[in-house]
Amino acid sequence: MSTQGFGATVLRIVRKDLTVEVRSREVAYTTLFFAVSCLLVFAFALVREGRAPEGAGEGILWATLTFAGTLALGRTFERERQSETLRALLLAPVPRAAVYVGKLVGIVGLLLAVEVVLVPLVTLFFGAPLLKRPLWLAGILVTGTIGFAAVGTLFAAMLVRARSRDVLLPVLLYPVVVPVLIAGVRGTSALVDPVFDVAIARFWLALLFAFDAVFVTLALWTFEPVMSD
Amino acid sequence: MPKWFTPLALLCGAMLAASPLIIANAPYESQMGLVQKIFYYHMPSAWMFLLGAIVCGVASARFLATGAERHDRTALAAAELTVLFGLLTLVTGPLWARRAWGTFWVWDARVTSSLVGWMISCAYLILRKYGGPGSERLGAAVALFGMANVPFIYLSVNYWRTIHPPTSVVPTLKFSMGFPLMFCVTAFLLFFILLMAMRTRLEESRARLDALYLALDE
Repeated sequence: MSTQGFGATVLRIVRKDLTVEVRSREVAYTTLFFAVSCLLVFAFALVREGRAPEGAGEGILWATLTFAGTLALGRTFERERQSETLRALLLAPVPRAAVYVGKLVGIVGLLLAVEVVLVPLVTLFFGAPLLKRPLWLAGILVTGTIGFAAVGTLFAAMLVRARSRDVLLPVLLYPVVVPVLIAGVRGTSALVDPVFDVAIARFWLALLFAFDAVFVTLALWTFEPVMSD
Repeated sequence: MPKWFTPLALLCGAMLAASPLIIANAPYESQMGLVQKIFYYHMPSAWMFLLGAIVCGVASARFLATGAERHDRTALAAAELTVLFGLLTLVTGPLWARRAWGTFWVWDARVTSSLVGWMISCAYLILRKYGGPGSERLGAAVALFGMANVPFIYLSVNYWRTIHPPTSVVPTLKFSMGFPLMFCVTAFLLFFILLMAMRTRLEESRARLDALYLALDE
């Protein structure tokens, strides 16, 4: 049942989340700060004699994104739960899938903003020349973020009313999202390689596209039956 | 229990008891010798692991589509069997690998994706146990993602240069090795079916008991 168009609903939800976030900036600041703290933890864990191990930067970037992303997902839906707005969204005469896509766009936007800060920091702290090929990096980061967020948004929405939701989100999310993580790290590694092999980078990018397609499709199918009860 | 249960259980027990004898009679593989014979348990376990994931995924999809409780019971039973056979696979594999490849663990495509698939099924069970009311539907969504992982696990050895042999090996086995393999696969499959039957019946009884308790309160 949809009296509102799909696209209009998505835009409306994105605008709502953006408005709320711009006023308080709570999720953005806390996620950002957590991501940087996470980088510090990795730095102290891995740096030996003032230098980071070779090839550590890519892995640390994606690991930090995973942890920060999990927190951001949890916080975003916690906010919905507290104001009971999720129920309002589900009761609204709009296509359910549009609610999912709206939330997905919001989360992807937030994570991309975090990445804009993280990439230069990782380059700085760990000596990984991530910015050598910015367009390729952008492609890999965007597709990887969409893959992570596609599953994360579905699971976080699902778990809003579940018990032990804080620990269950990472427990459920990480195994499913590991392939995206692998492809993201390997794709980023291919970019910082002194000998840049386009075929390898293209392969990992294509794989990320495939994961995005599968995950978003599956999430769109399951969002409706899982959220209605 | 249905009428076919006891005869099938006896057959399965006999086959499992006979399998070590049949495996002992199989020829030695040229490079690995005796250690290769773990294969006759490792491969059927792996196939049952993947079968469990598929059954769980299909049952979950049907549960989400129709809402019928029996699909949910099937999904739960299949998830438990996925964890069980996955554990068998992940234990027999490294035992074999230590001798054949020199190391217990290697991060190749199939081993990694199998571990991840196994963890997804463990996560499913954790969700069902601790997620509170409504976790049946949530688990069904997780199981669908788990099932999407299965072709990735199976086909990964064909597309990535890994230390695992590719899927073309099994159809080309000689009869002297193919027969023990198919014998063990059949035995494990029977075991799978029997366990599924028992587990779903347990869940059914539990559901009936809950319904009776509720009816008593009214």
